[in-house]
Amino acid sequence: MNVARYWRTEKTRYGLVGETCRVCGKPIFPPRDLCPHCTEAGQDLRTFGGRGEVYSFAHVTDAPAGYTEYQPYTVALIKLEEGPLLTAQLTDVDQSDVRIGMPVEMVTRKLKEEGENGMVVYGYKFRPVMHE
Amino acid sequence: MRKVAIVGVGMIPFGRYESESLVEMLAMPALRAMDDAGIGDRAVDALYVGNMAAGMFNHQSAVASALADYLALLPAAADTIENGPASGGSAIKNGLLAVASGYYDLVLVVGGEKMRDVIGPRATDTVATMTHPTAEYIYGVTLPSLAGMFTRLYMEKYGVTERHLAQVAIKNHNNGLLNPYAHIHASITQEGILDSPHSVVNSPIVSDPLRLYDCCPVSDGAAALLLCPAEMVAEFKKPKVVIAGFGQATDTQTVQEREDPTDLKAVRLAAQQAFAMAKQTPRDVDLAELHDAFTILEIAESEHAGFFKKGEGARALEEGRTRIGGDLPINPSGGLKARGHALGGTGVAQVAELVWHLRGEAGQRQVKGAEVGFSLNFGGFGNNVTAFVLRREA
Repeated sequence: MNVARYWRTEKTRYGLVGETCRVCGKPIFPPRDLCPHCTEAGQDLRTFGGRGEVYSFAHVTDAPAGYTEYQPYTVALIKLEEGPLLTAQLTDVDQSDVRIGMPVEMVTRKLKEEGENGMVVYGYKFRPVMHE
Repeated sequence: MRKVAIVGVGMIPFGRYESESLVEMLAMPALRAMDDAGIGDRAVDALYVGNMAAGMFNHQSAVASALADYLALLPAAADTIENGPASGGSAIKNGLLAVASGYYDLVLVVGGEKMRDVIGPRATDTVATMTHPTAEYIYGVTLPSLAGMFTRLYMEKYGVTERHLAQVAIKNHNNGLLNPYAHIHASITQEGILDSPHSVVNSPIVSDPLRLYDCCPVSDGAAALLLCPAEMVAEFKKPKVVIAGFGQATDTQTVQEREDPTDLKAVRLAAQQAFAMAKQTPRDVDLAELHDAFTILEIAESEHAGFFKKGEGARALEEGRTRIGGDLPINPSGGLKARGHALGGTGVAQVAELVWHLRGEAGQRQVKGAEVGFSLNFGGFGNNVTAFVLRREA
């Protein structure tokens, strides 16, 4: 990802900033030009709370270039409390403890380094809820 | 619209081609398809080449122009068609529409990919570029991980087990043993890939719950078809096989945006359209080539395409109904699992397989008396799907 685009999408990656459709009122994540639910244009920015549960998951032991040093890692679909699903890695959890329905919360972590002198990409990951 | 027939078919064995270039690989099945039809000195009007990622795998672009020249088809029209792993299906669709419309008479469709120039994590990365760049890709998502999450949901919802998945792999490997074009000629057993203590070595976890033998190989491979209007078939030497139906549908780019991620909407819609156009139903189908890039997909697609009710695909498999000799053989070629998956080559190879069965030319794996065949080419993780119904006609 180039640096300008990296910063432009920073709020989504660091703060779970998505949108609410002004026409149908449904939540949208990540932000986009047209509402995928009603196809109308016009959204308001909205920050999602970062709480949710594991909807499904897979443990990756055959990572793509750029991610091999982090494997094994767990990719999950997270169902946010506000409704939308998103795709993220789990962190701070033993793989054998991951379950569908497990409550999780968002944290900001390093996703990868793009080569030795390249950009370090940060973004959201989810960990088991530490405290209620 | 004119009815369109397939009068020539060609393929090269899927596997690894070290010394041939991509264009040489694509040319071989193309020449075979023209020979198969007995094209004589007729001119090909247009060439459509299904290829997903020559730019990344082989550092080459404008593949169709190169192939048209290499095959001495100039000045035929030529286009490269890219639709991810369904590039082959989309290339056939373009050929179909061109002939059906009356614009061209003789169209060559070639699909192929030379993936193995790039190996290991770089190949996994190249394939992962079809995911959403900022919503999936940067989180280290791979196609096997999307399939792994899908598998887990399907297991929870429909009671599909690891044993069912292994049965898909075993069946398709057995079929592959009968197919000289298959990438993998190896018999596997449930003991070896699932039950024995050595199974973790034989079939290691790739993306838990998926093991190695739940995933298709990374293949070099290519296939070709020669299309013409049905009324011209008599000019060629092969029996009449027509493209009776075609369908294509898209779904959300990401899996996360689907209301029910276990519902393969694009598969359902593409299959429905293809059956409607062909005026046939899933019950009429004698064999199907489905897109088993992962074992779960054969089961899920067999349901979504309408052959079995949702949740009943695994039982049909268990009962042997989808074996050669069953009432609906699925992937007699060995499927992506054993014939191999060469991205842009796959959709064309599926249709070539159907043609051989409908002509009675499929050798040891022949589905006896086949008259209607169905193929399904699955792009992305189900976000762009093509389906064909083929029929033998008098």
